[in-house]
Amino acid sequence: MITEKEIWDVLDDVKDPEIPKVSVVDMGIVTGVEVDEEGYVKVKMTPTFAGCPAVDYMKNDIKEKVSRLPVSGLDVEVSFDVQWSTNMITEKGRRLLKESQFALPPKHNGLVQIEMLEKVECPFCGSKNTILQSPFGPTQCRAIHYCKNCLQAFEQFKPV
Amino acid sequence: MKELNDNQIGAVKDLIFRMADDELILGHRNSEWTALGPILEEDIAFSSMAQDKLGQAHAMYQILHKLGEADPDTIAFTRDEKDFKCCHLVEFPIGEYDFSLMRHFLFDSAEALRFEMLMGSSYDDLANVAKKFKGEIKYHIMHADTWLVQLGNANEISKARMQSSLNECFPLALGIFEPSDFEETLIKDNIFPGEKRLQEEWLKFISPVITSAGLILPDINNCEPAFGGRKGYHTEYLKPLLDEMTEVYDIDPGAEW
Repeated sequence: MITEKEIWDVLDDVKDPEIPKVSVVDMGIVTGVEVDEEGYVKVKMTPTFAGCPAVDYMKNDIKEKVSRLPVSGLDVEVSFDVQWSTNMITEKGRRLLKESQFALPPKHNGLVQIEMLEKVECPFCGSKNTILQSPFGPTQCRAIHYCKNCLQAFEQFKPV
Repeated sequence: MKELNDNQIGAVKDLIFRMADDELILGHRNSEWTALGPILEEDIAFSSMAQDKLGQAHAMYQILHKLGEADPDTIAFTRDEKDFKCCHLVEFPIGEYDFSLMRHFLFDSAEALRFEMLMGSSYDDLANVAKKFKGEIKYHIMHADTWLVQLGNANEISKARMQSSLNECFPLALGIFEPSDFEETLIKDNIFPGEKRLQEEWLKFISPVITSAGLILPDINNCEPAFGGRKGYHTEYLKPLLDEMTEVYDIDPGAEW
């Protein structure tokens, strides 16, 4: 009989196609795993942004990888019942994002303040002598900053 | 509440069609700035906001699907012009950058407030997506406010352009708040506090930004709101947009992508 733990372990192999080091579990987008007595598996996930183009890709990847386990059936549901926020990125996820040279989103109490996008620490040199260039970056979840110390543009996972 | 009665279903569907159609059409318009933005950051900003809008439209069409309507692609790509409930503001071509920026400011301010109100909706599915969208649109507001204040105070040319766009967009924006036939149900059953209330909040919300941009809000009493869109009467611009949007879909509607 398959256990929830085994499902979570497999899900940790499903990576975010836009940041291949980080898994869907690290990102906090898997919001629930259930296995019933017959071995039927339900996985619930929530998109980082409503229009995230990687959602279907990750959903299919989850289906493919979980189906290889001895399960009697599988349902992967994308839902907004739980709304993703950057607070849901795990500690491991934050470490991996930093290693991938992203500035991290500050933890917040549910209310994102514009000030959170100012003086963000540069992931290259650690300086806070930085400016926000645009709240919109190469993907929906990233903002673009510029470091005046090392003269380097960098991306931040913007707090939501 | 999770289950709705027949009257509530009609009211919720109408509300969602209005919101989602606005998002779909303005999302399409925003995407027309891709590769044409006046500077690279603006090119990316409008493209990114387009993506958010299409994502939000999709999530709302998904709720309609749960309520018995067709699937999101069918809703988006197969309806006739008269079945769309978007307001006239979102239908206009992108025009010059100042027009698109002003439209984005006026529309997204209303939308942000709408989502905030809907976060407390008695209908769970709507409240859940509103909570999600609220975090996304915050960045749209931040973007709009920054540029409005900057261009309104930059020089005589930019100021004159922004004022003229405001004068043009304001009556169109009032069309956002065209009352529906379901206002009473929406308000009474705590689904949505209604278009009238939203318009009042919107005026309070945009006024200080317009003032800090050094611009003058047109007198609302001298404006004819651009109504009709919510009832299926559209501008001459919607039909060509829909034709373009569905051009590929129409070649092979059942195609798998």
